[in-house]
Amino acid sequence: MIELFRCCLLAALLLAAPAWAHKPSDSYLTLEVRQNQVDGQWDIALRDLEMAIGLDQDGNGELTWNEVRSRHDAIAAYALARLKLASAGTACPLRVTEQLLDEHSDGAYAVLRMHADCGTAVATLDIDYRLLFDVDPQHKGLLQLKHDRQVSTAIFAPDNARQTLRVLGGSAWRQFGDYVRHGIWHIWIGFDHILFLVSLLLPAVLVYRDRAWQSRDTFRAAALDVLKIVTAFTLAHSITLTLATLGVVALPSRLVESAIAASVVLAALNNLWPIFHGRRALVAFCFGLIHGFGFASVLLDLGLPKAALAVSLLGFNLGVEVGQITIVALFLPLAFLARHTLIYRRGVVGAGSLAIALLALIWLAERGLDIKLMA
Amino acid sequence: MGVARSPAPLAACLLAVALLLCSGAAPAAPHIPADGNQVVERLPSRNDPAQRELGRLRAELSASPGNVRLASALAQRYIEQARIDGDPRYLGYAQAALAPWWEQGQPPGEVLVLRATLRQSTHQFPAALTDLDAAVRRDSGNVQAWLTRATVQMVTGDFSGARASCMRLYSRAPALVVQTCLSNVGSVNGQAAASYRQLLDTQASHPLDAPGVRVWVATLLGEMAARMGDTADAEAHFHRALAVGEPDSYLLGAWSDFLLDHGRAQEVVRLLKDKTRVDALLLRYALALQASGSPEAGPQAETLRIRFDAAMLRGDTVHQREQARFELVLRHDPAAAVRLAKANWHVQKEPADLRILADCALASGDAEAARIVRDWLQSSRIEDRRIAATAARLKVAT
Repeated sequence: MIELFRCCLLAALLLAAPAWAHKPSDSYLTLEVRQNQVDGQWDIALRDLEMAIGLDQDGNGELTWNEVRSRHDAIAAYALARLKLASAGTACPLRVTEQLLDEHSDGAYAVLRMHADCGTAVATLDIDYRLLFDVDPQHKGLLQLKHDRQVSTAIFAPDNARQTLRVLGGSAWRQFGDYVRHGIWHIWIGFDHILFLVSLLLPAVLVYRDRAWQSRDTFRAAALDVLKIVTAFTLAHSITLTLATLGVVALPSRLVESAIAASVVLAALNNLWPIFHGRRALVAFCFGLIHGFGFASVLLDLGLPKAALAVSLLGFNLGVEVGQITIVALFLPLAFLARHTLIYRRGVVGAGSLAIALLALIWLAERGLDIKLMA
Repeated sequence: MGVARSPAPLAACLLAVALLLCSGAAPAAPHIPADGNQVVERLPSRNDPAQRELGRLRAELSASPGNVRLASALAQRYIEQARIDGDPRYLGYAQAALAPWWEQGQPPGEVLVLRATLRQSTHQFPAALTDLDAAVRRDSGNVQAWLTRATVQMVTGDFSGARASCMRLYSRAPALVVQTCLSNVGSVNGQAAASYRQLLDTQASHPLDAPGVRVWVATLLGEMAARMGDTADAEAHFHRALAVGEPDSYLLGAWSDFLLDHGRAQEVVRLLKDKTRVDALLLRYALALQASGSPEAGPQAETLRIRFDAAMLRGDTVHQREQARFELVLRHDPAAAVRLAKANWHVQKEPADLRILADCALASGDAEAARIVRDWLQSSRIEDRRIAATAARLKVAT
């Protein structure tokens, strides 16, 4: 009978629970960045602190200010152990400067005023938030990050406990510059994009004739081939980068990353067994669409300033192009000079393409099957 | 590299920024109370029997972590406490108690049912059903799983599925439980009068003494009678439910709605004055204040607005039904209300969801909402006096 009693209580609960609740547990964290200084205010519900560390010493259910005050050290220690800030890989140790009290719509909150010094000017802030997640996995931390009268927000939850937020530069120009740098940086560290482009460019100084690679006669012809490929790639990834960033289209990241790896495999193999030679610009366009989604996920991870979406999108895209053109500018003259040599044809185009294809195959396996093959 | 995002988080972020920038989510002002003996917050007392039992179970579990029986018992007690108290924190505590099994694909049977219960409480209905399907596959005699499954199917408007789940309770659960389950479905699926009568008969012939069951049955009977327009009978059932013990927040909400429908706002004000921690009850309190012309209505509506804004900041959508009613009646914004009512309808399809959708459709002139209401009335054959009256005016209006 006890079992049954329980079951029916639950049944009633199921009908009742969803909309009949009061506000769930949230904390409100405000961080204001000035150069290397971070000032913070953290509002944590007294109810939550009671559950986590106990505040109500006499257990009578009436929590007095004296009871809260006598637990100030414990509150500060508990909170600070669950919030870590870092900038550029260096920790910004937080300390509590003052503790106050405030009323929110659902009850009283402890207000912790905090301060941290990051040593150098903060460009991105790494935030690791773990308050209450072990006690109440439905708890959320609501962050406002302020800088130069600009505000960005983030929500922390157990599956989203670590986030990196960009502290935005003052002027639109500076933001634009920041995003150009991010774009360049991303193409330089994004080996998959570089290898895809290089695989398509390697044969640009050659021409496939009579079932064999032969040297192109003029630099102009080689440059024209490069221009077509780079333009097609740029056009394609700009389209999808824009659409994905604006949220018009979205693809699962695993699919995108796997397809990018596959595109590198195909582009490299084509240099060994030409299948789409002469149509490499078309291939660059088709796979460029996929690479655009990859760029977009990076841009979204940076945390887009909502006020300057267009500026950052344009800046990032421009940065990607600048990075690309730099690669081309380094590659093309050297390849053109070396095009007659056996080292270029066998070593660079042959063995190089094979190595790229193998590396990309490993990526494909890792990304597609979600396993780790390389350290 | 990160995730190729779907548009929803971006939209949510934009919304959150807008809210943060221009809303009054910011509270009064941080201060230090002048008097150290000032009571700054009221918490559940440790001497309260329920809290003592929770404390005992917590201690037992921390002495033997990994004991699934103890963890389930604690989670179950927390869930019951959430229902009584209306504090969703208890649902989070229940989830924490089940943490070792929470991410498992095939957790023990008792964890499956509790996880489903917690998932449905945050409107993750498909995930809840997946757990319940697994639970009944593993043990077709799991009464709680079938009952919970019926409830989730009811909420999502799958009446034939819900009826099938209720049928599985035959010979496994007491007759009154089976009939309550079936009548609950039938009463919104074209058999209002028969379902009501059968439940009354079964209650008389096979009564159960458990207070939880008595409240459950009486509340449902009250709601059924109210939908059919039997005002006196409905009131009698609600009184019977209220007499069982300290009423839970669901019963208080249902009874308040009945009173508001019958122009008895003053009674609602008295009933809910001290229950406003629960958002849904604060809504009814503010509605009652407005209906009785009290100057307190404005400030209470403002508190409610701050709560809804806070919920949206954290990305919650479980309040959309209440929020639609708030926008429609307290803020007089039918356009915002109908948007919320339609979004809510995608998720849940209980009579209250249909009613707010119909009210919003009429006030806003939204053709899509009107069409949804008409189609649902026809396909579900739900009988509800007030919705039918609104629908009749919708037909005239469109």
